[in-house]
Amino acid sequence: MIIDLTRFITEEKPYWTELEQALDRMDRDAAYRMDPKTLKRFHYLYQRASTALSRLVNVSAEKNLKVYLETLVGRAFAEIHETRRRSARFNLTSWFLIRFPQTVRKHAAALAISIVITLVGCAFGGFAVSFDPLTKESLLPFSHLMGDPSERVAYEESVKQDRMSGHKTTFSSQLIANNTRVSIFAMGLGITWGIGTFILLFSNGVILGAVVADYILSGQTAFLVGWLLPHGSVEIPCIILAGQAGFVLAGALTDKRKSVSLKTRLRNIGGDIVVLMGGVALLLVWAGFVEAFLSQYHEPVIPYSVKISFGCIQLVLLCLFLLLGGKRKRDSA
Amino acid sequence: MTAEKASRLSIHTPEGVTFSLRLAGPVVRFLAFFADVFCILTIVKIVNIFGGLLGIISQDISVAFSVLSYFVVSLCYGFVLEWAMNGQTLGKRLFHLRVMDAQGLTLSFYQVVIRNLLRFVDALPGLYLLGGISLLFTKKSQRLGDLAANTIVVWSPPATQPDLTQILSGKFNSFKDHPHLCARLRQKTGAAEADVALSALLRRETIDPAARIDLFKSIAGYFKETVSFPEEAIFGLSDEQYVRNVADVLFQPQKNILQGRVSNPS
Repeated sequence: MIIDLTRFITEEKPYWTELEQALDRMDRDAAYRMDPKTLKRFHYLYQRASTALSRLVNVSAEKNLKVYLETLVGRAFAEIHETRRRSARFNLTSWFLIRFPQTVRKHAAALAISIVITLVGCAFGGFAVSFDPLTKESLLPFSHLMGDPSERVAYEESVKQDRMSGHKTTFSSQLIANNTRVSIFAMGLGITWGIGTFILLFSNGVILGAVVADYILSGQTAFLVGWLLPHGSVEIPCIILAGQAGFVLAGALTDKRKSVSLKTRLRNIGGDIVVLMGGVALLLVWAGFVEAFLSQYHEPVIPYSVKISFGCIQLVLLCLFLLLGGKRKRDSA
Repeated sequence: MTAEKASRLSIHTPEGVTFSLRLAGPVVRFLAFFADVFCILTIVKIVNIFGGLLGIISQDISVAFSVLSYFVVSLCYGFVLEWAMNGQTLGKRLFHLRVMDAQGLTLSFYQVVIRNLLRFVDALPGLYLLGGISLLFTKKSQRLGDLAANTIVVWSPPATQPDLTQILSGKFNSFKDHPHLCARLRQKTGAAEADVALSALLRRETIDPAARIDLFKSIAGYFKETVSFPEEAIFGLSDEQYVRNVADVLFQPQKNILQGRVSNPS
């Protein structure tokens, strides 16, 4: 059957144009919501365009018309059949204070894996350096950590002028950008079934363990804790949380339950990954400032006791926040 | 829903309608990507001009601003624009590409964010090698970010309605003086053959004149063999006019078939 194309187009064109205009409006305004009457009309237009397309499937017609209708029906299909609720107005405070810690707890197993891998890496790095101090040259990627810790401490404590003066903010922004990049890698490498995330967390742990062992063996524990704890108490958990996001992604990819398809599994965890990464990014901004404005100053400028106390309090607060944040809200919900 | 061919994704709707989306290939995606890189660099340049003014207050803040602005713009450009412009960045819009949910549904914010965050992994070990390999070897031409976010990139051509003035010239159609032959022509002509005639007429302006003569000669020859119209009906007709009359018979069966004249709907 070859349909009367001219009549067909003449009759249907006004409906297609109306549907196209409705879709264009949605494109222009992501927050646009239709009232029931408009929605009913939209559904009617979608069905009419679908019918027109189905009439063209087995009949001869100009190809542009098929492409045009497929584009229209495809766009309308997406709007009609989407069942995921679009989030209400975004509230940064409640999102960070409530949803972020809830999401961290929701994926406690992935968090545990992330912590264990980092700790195993730390133990490996620490053991390697204590067993053979020369291995730090191959384990540590930073030249300023290669030397003797005692010499560095002596130098840092003897410096009278403010070395960071005039570029604290720049240093801070570089740290924020770099740490965020590492966190994104820790999450993104989850796509390699978690192998990449594992390697990144483990190597991070190895470096940390090697540095810690090196300074402790040199008798510079106070300097080490005072230097690392103020920013590390946030920065290291952030990398672990990003690793958690990576393992959540890997978990969705490797889950063998037959009842849930891969697409559904990815869909279920997608929002959680974004929440985790958003929270990590915000915490890293704070860590970057602390590292540039506090961690780089040592005794006698800032007493170690102050820096260690600050780091301990911060770590406790972070743990409490992640453990208890949003709990009451969830209970009442 | 199936990815029947490497370049198309067919979606079957609950209404029983099937439509297909043309998946964007690696070349056009890279072109769009380079356009986006150009846009990012331009935005960063503009932002840094304003950031330079911060140097009046503090050089440290000004440098920090430029470090962060590049990072933030390159990170957020993709997901802010794809979210605000319904799956398109400026580069994608330029090349008529659109990011869509792999099942044809609307994009969620998390999908936009995840596919853009995974660019860092796709870019490994350099020059988007990992993403490019993934693009070439996945059924739906997805890079790793698309796989994680369950998205596809489709070629979304500008929707244009067909121009039928080529076959609605309003001229006398001598074939319609022979309704029984017209009916036989319609009966014997398949959809594919009719498509060829219509497409040739609609695209006549884009065909080289010499090639056009050959093309219409060939098409007219086919239809002359299918149904033979009497001499008075085809006297003086060029091959192109012959095909035009055939298309008129095939696609406008109801109108004025006895009068032998095509009315112009405009």
